[in-house]
Amino acid sequence: MTTGFETMPTEIAAPPGWRVETRTRLSSIFAILSFIVVIVLAAVPFVMSRGVVQDLFFILTMLALAQSWNLLAGYAGLISVGQQLFVGCGAYALFGFVILAGVDPILAIPLAGLFAMLIAAPAAFFSFRLYGPYFAIGTWVIAEVGRLLFAQWKMLGGGTGTSLPREATKDMLGISLLQNLFGMRSAAAADALTYWLALALTALTIGFIYRLLRSKQGLGLAAVRDNETAARALGVDAHRLKIIVYLATAFVTGMVGALIYLQKARISPDAAFSLTDWTAYVVFIVVIGGIGTIEGPLVGVLVFFLLQNAFSSYGSWYLLALGALAIITMLFAPRGLWGLISSRTGWELFPVRRLLRGEPVLRDQKGGPNG
Amino acid sequence: MASLIETCGLMAAYRDFQAVLGVDLHLEAGETIAVIGANGAGKSTLMRSIAGVIANKPDMVLHRGEPIGAMAASDVVRRGIALVPEGRKLFPSLTVEENLQIGRYGRRVAGPWTLDSIYSLFPVLMERRRNPATALSGGQQQMVAIGRALMSNPEVLLCDELSLGLAPVIIKDIYAAFSHIRAAGAAIVIVEQDIAQALKVADRVYCMMEGRITLTGRPAELDRADIHAAYFGADTHELA
Amino acid sequence: MNWLDTLLQGVLLGGLYALFAAGLSLVFGIMRLVNLAHGDLIVLAAFLILTLVSLLGLNPFLAASIAAPLMFAVGWLLQYHLLNRSLGKDILPPLLVTFGLSIVIQNGLLEGFTADSRRISAGALETASLQLGGVNAGLMPLLTFASAVLVIVGLNQLIYRTELGRAFRATSDDVVTASLMGIRPNSIFAIATGLAMMIVTVAALYLGMRANFDPTAGPARLIYAFEAVIIGGLGSLWGTLAGGVILGIAQTFGAAINPEWQILAGHIAFLLVLLFRPRGLFPRAVD
Repeated sequence: MTTGFETMPTEIAAPPGWRVETRTRLSSIFAILSFIVVIVLAAVPFVMSRGVVQDLFFILTMLALAQSWNLLAGYAGLISVGQQLFVGCGAYALFGFVILAGVDPILAIPLAGLFAMLIAAPAAFFSFRLYGPYFAIGTWVIAEVGRLLFAQWKMLGGGTGTSLPREATKDMLGISLLQNLFGMRSAAAADALTYWLALALTALTIGFIYRLLRSKQGLGLAAVRDNETAARALGVDAHRLKIIVYLATAFVTGMVGALIYLQKARISPDAAFSLTDWTAYVVFIVVIGGIGTIEGPLVGVLVFFLLQNAFSSYGSWYLLALGALAIITMLFAPRGLWGLISSRTGWELFPVRRLLRGEPVLRDQKGGPNG
Repeated sequence: MASLIETCGLMAAYRDFQAVLGVDLHLEAGETIAVIGANGAGKSTLMRSIAGVIANKPDMVLHRGEPIGAMAASDVVRRGIALVPEGRKLFPSLTVEENLQIGRYGRRVAGPWTLDSIYSLFPVLMERRRNPATALSGGQQQMVAIGRALMSNPEVLLCDELSLGLAPVIIKDIYAAFSHIRAAGAAIVIVEQDIAQALKVADRVYCMMEGRITLTGRPAELDRADIHAAYFGADTHELA
Repeated sequence: MNWLDTLLQGVLLGGLYALFAAGLSLVFGIMRLVNLAHGDLIVLAAFLILTLVSLLGLNPFLAASIAAPLMFAVGWLLQYHLLNRSLGKDILPPLLVTFGLSIVIQNGLLEGFTADSRRISAGALETASLQLGGVNAGLMPLLTFASAVLVIVGLNQLIYRTELGRAFRATSDDVVTASLMGIRPNSIFAIATGLAMMIVTVAALYLGMRANFDPTAGPARLIYAFEAVIIGGLGSLWGTLAGGVILGIAQTFGAAINPEWQILAGHIAFLLVLLFRPRGLFPRAVD
C-alpha cells in the first residue's frame, strides 16, 4: 500500500523560461505588511496598557483556535464540535505539570500540547468510526467524557477547579529577564510573556497552515475536500491526511488552551471544557469570516472582538443575535465576509493556487501551438 | 393546434457538460416517436429536461402550447407527463406493489391504468407483488418501472433506455406490451440505442448526435446509410 | 444495590431516551439531517406545556395534546422556510445552521423564562407506583415507557401502512425519482419535521414531569438521543428503543455505584458499542 504522498506527481517541472508559483503582487505586499504588523504587535507590551495587552491576547488566542478549526472543518472536512476537549486537556495538563510536577509553566506549554495530541489519538479512533453529523456529535460526547473525567480528579480541584499558585507564575522562565531589563512588575511581565507566546504561536500556526496548503499535502487535502473518491483514486491517502490534520490541530489547540489558562491562572472543568467558549465562538468566527480560507478567520476574529466588546453585556440577547447571524450568514453568504470581499475584488492575501508565469508563447511559422 | 409536447431550441447541461445544444422536436397525441443516438448524444438529458428533472428556460419545453421548461418534476407529472427513468430507479425500500402505488402519488385520475390492469399487462409482477422491488430480475424491474409510470395515467409516457442491460428475449417481451399502452391512448417517446427496435415501434424517428438532431423522418422513408451517418457522424474517415 | 430494581429503572429510563431519539431518527432517515437543536426543541416544547398548564390551569396531558399540533406547526415552518434552504450536497450548512438555531433557542428561552429550574407538576402521578414482582415501579416511568412503545408502533404503522409513509420511504431512497412520482420533497421534509416535533412534545411532557429542566438542558438531551440512536443502530426504530434501554441501564447502574458517575457510565457504554459495533447493535441492512 503506497503511503499516498509519493504517488502524487512531483512539482511540475516547468519548461525553461517558465515558473510555477503562488505568489501574486498583492500577496507580496500583504506579506511585507504582516511582517511589519507582527513587529508592531510585539512592541505593544512596552507601550500600551495591560488592558490592551489582554485584549490582544484574547484576539490572538481565538484566532489560533479559529485557524485550527478552519483547517479541520474547512479543509479536511472534519466538522468537530468537540475541540474543547483539547483546550481542556491542554489546560489541565499545564496545571498538572506545574502543580504536581513543579515544571516551569513556560516549558509546560509544549508538553501540554503533546498531551493533547496524545489524547487525540484515541479520540480519533472512536470518532472516525462515525460520519458527517454523527461525527460532529461524537466529538462532542468525547469532549464531555473529558470534562467528566477531569471533574473526578480531586488533586486538581475536582468539579470546582483550582488556581495556579503564585510562586509558580512569579518565577516563570523569562520573568526575571523582563524585570531586570525593563523594570516590569511581575504581573505585567507575566502578561507580556504569555502575550508574546500567543503572538508567536498564532503567527507560527498561520504560517504552518499556509505552507501546508501550498504543499503537495495541501493539494491532496483540497482534493479530498472536493471529491474524496476521486482523490483516493489518484492515490491520495485521505484517511492518513485527516488523522495528521486532526493530531496537528489537537497539538496547537492544546497549547492554546494551556496558554489561555496560564494567563487566567484559574481552572475548572466546566470552563476549560466549555462548548460555548471554545467551539461556539470559534465556529462563529470562522463562519462569519469565511470558512475554507485563511483570510476568513482573520476577518472573523476582528468582527467577533468588536461585537463582543460592544454587546456582550447584553447577555442572552447578544448570544441569540450571534446565533441568528451565524444562521443568516450560512444560508445567504456561505463563504462569509471574506467570501463577499474577495468575490467583489478578487483579492487573495494567502494565495494557494499555482500560477504559471514566464515567457509568452513563441510564434513560429505554423502559427499557434496546435499547428 | 399546438403539439402535445414541443421543444424549442432546448439547451441543457448534464453536470458541467452542455449535453443538449438546441433541439427542436414535437410529439402529437397518440403518436410514438423514437429518439436514437449513441452514448452521450444527449438523449437522456433531453428526456430529463422534458420531465422537469433538469430546469430549463420556460419556453424551451411546451405542453399543449404552455411553457413548462422551468417546472419542477413533481408538477410536470401532475400535468400527465410521466418518465420511466434510465436505469429503472425503483425504490429499494418499497415492494413491487408499493412501487406501483407510489406512481399515483401526484396524479390520481381515472383512466385505463390501475393496479389490476398493470398486473394483466405484466402477469409475472402479480406473483411477486410483495417482494422488495430490487429483488427482481432486470426485465421484471423494467416492467415495474413502466407500470409505475403508467399508474399516473399519463398523456405522455417518456421511456429512457428501456433495453439497457436486458437480454433480447426480455426486450421483445417488454416492447410487446407497447401495443397495449398505445391502444390505451398515451403518446410515447422512447429513447433507444437499439436502432432496429426503435424503427419497429415508432411512427417517427429523431436521431441525435453530440447534442443536436441530425436526422428526422418516418422509418419507412429513412435510408440506412442516412441513419448510419446521422448516428455515427457524416465523415466516417474520422473514426479510423 | 437492588439489581432488579436498578435494572427496571434503567429499562424504563430507556423509554424516555427512546422518545428523545425517535424524532431524531425519523428526520435523519428521511433527509439525512441531524438537527443539532433537537434537544433544545424538546426543552422548548416543555416550556410550552408548562405555559399552557400555568396559563390555562390544564392537566399536563391535556396541555401536551394542545401543544402537539402547535409544535407540528413550529417544526413544519422551521423545516420549510429555514432548514430546507440548508439542505444539499454539503453537510456543513445544515450542521452549522442547526447549531446556530440551538444557541438561538437556548438564549431565547433564557430571556423569556430566566435560568430558573422548572418542573411540570403531575400531582399524584409523581409518586404513584406499581408492584411488579418483587419490585416497586414508578407509574410515571411505566407510562413513559409505554408511550415510547406506542409512539414507535404508531410510527411504524405510518411508515409501512400509509401512503405518506410510502412517500417517506421513497424520498429517503431517492429524492429525484420521488419527485418524478409527484412527491414534493420540500413538503415531505416539512411534514417529517412536523411529525418529529409532535414526538418531541410527548418526550417533553415526560421530561418535564419527571425532572427539573431549564433553558440550557437541551444539549444533554441531544446527546442522550444521539447515543440511543448510535447504540441501537441507524435505520430501525425498535433498535432505537433498544439503544435507549441499554443507555438507561448503563446510567442507572453507574448511578448506583456512584451518583456522580451516572452520565459518564452512559458515555462509556456508548463508546464501547462504538468500539465493537460501529454500526450499532441492530442496524438496518441498507444504508
